Amino acid sequence: MAATQEEILEGLAEIVNEIAGIPTEDVLLDKSFTDDLDVDSLSMVEVVVAAEERFDVKIPDDDVKNLKTVGDAVEYILKHQG
Amino acid sequence: MTAKIKPSKGAPYARILGVGGYRPTRVVPNEEILKHIDSSDEWIRSRSGIATRHWAGPDETVAAMSVEAGGKAIADAGLTPEQIGAVIVSTVSHLKQTPAVATEIAHLLGTGKPAAFDISAGCAGFGYGLTLAKGMITDGTAEHVLVIGVERLSDLTDLEDRATAFLFGDGAGAVVVGPSKEPAIGPTVWGSEGDKSDTITQTLPWDVYREQDAADVRYPALRQEGQAVFRWAVYEMAKVAQQALDEAGISADELDAFIPHQANMRIIDSMIKTLKLPEHVTVARDVETTGNTSAASIPLAMERLLATGQAKSGDTALVIGFGAGLVYAATVVTLP
Repeated sequence: MAATQEEILEGLAEIVNEIAGIPTEDVLLDKSFTDDLDVDSLSMVEVVVAAEERFDVKIPDDDVKNLKTVGDAVEYILKHQG
Repeated sequence: MTAKIKPSKGAPYARILGVGGYRPTRVVPNEEILKHIDSSDEWIRSRSGIATRHWAGPDETVAAMSVEAGGKAIADAGLTPEQIGAVIVSTVSHLKQTPAVATEIAHLLGTGKPAAFDISAGCAGFGYGLTLAKGMITDGTAEHVLVIGVERLSDLTDLEDRATAFLFGDGAGAVVVGPSKEPAIGPTVWGSEGDKSDTITQTLPWDVYREQDAADVRYPALRQEGQAVFRWAVYEMAKVAQQALDEAGISADELDAFIPHQANMRIIDSMIKTLKLPEHVTVARDVETTGNTSAASIPLAMERLLATGQAKSGDTALVIGFGAGLVYAATVVTLP
């Protein structure tokens, strides 16, 4: 069954916490990965790969650069999840 | 009529008998890189783990560095140069294509008249050369093969590109491969993915200078798409590394050392996580003070692990190279 927006946000927060050590409560829709959460471009790849596995979604390299905020990622996963 | 041809007779197996390295005398700290790009020591270290690299001076040519490293490897193997039957040089930064620099290196080393040729397989070049050498020894076309990885990547570095200016280093690493009674080089898992050729590439071909006024053309340099390369290196190469272990019949628990291509500390750290290597496995982290030296990085890192006592002769090591092509090669070896 497809995950809801809320479930995706919760899952992403756990992934970001595990990879970058950011508290889950700081991972909010309007936060920028690089500017607010200090997730650099390489950690972003790790977040993306973990999200792909968790939500059964493919996020190609060309699309990764468009995922500026947590909200962008949640919306992308919501739209593309298998 | 079809006459019967006498086949060559090789050794049952091959092994690495000796290793040697050469790092240029000039050490370049991040501070020097920062003269040309808007960045910081902290940024460079956090993205790459690189603190310093060696850049070659005018006399530290591709041939000169190779002769130093090759001579050490021959001595380490307990051999003399005349016993070398073939010299394989992997490089992408010898800027004179013909003749192959391997012939000059063989001559300068005093090896007599060995087979000598260059190969181009980017950062997987060492594994490609090692695989060729193993085949030559078991086939009987050579008894001892000198495999050299050598780069002067500072010649192909765009000092003003903040994504790559800090990455590359110069140096040479070499091994001598020879006959063995026991298997000491596992099956090679190797391949290429030419559909991803744009992710790491030289910006311009040399013939651009024939078509345009040289003054208008920026000198060619190496460029890469960091995120795409990182994803491929960490996740796809971890699978290749695991396959090399499986094909050699070696479990991660039996491994003493992991010597990946020294591209970037972040790639190394993430690969270890993805591979779930046990803590007792010594991991080569030579990139911190050597930078990314492409084909030279694995033998240089191998030499340093042995020289510092972090690994010892007879240890079992997983080696994997990956880079421009994209190409890759992984195998399990017994350290010399």
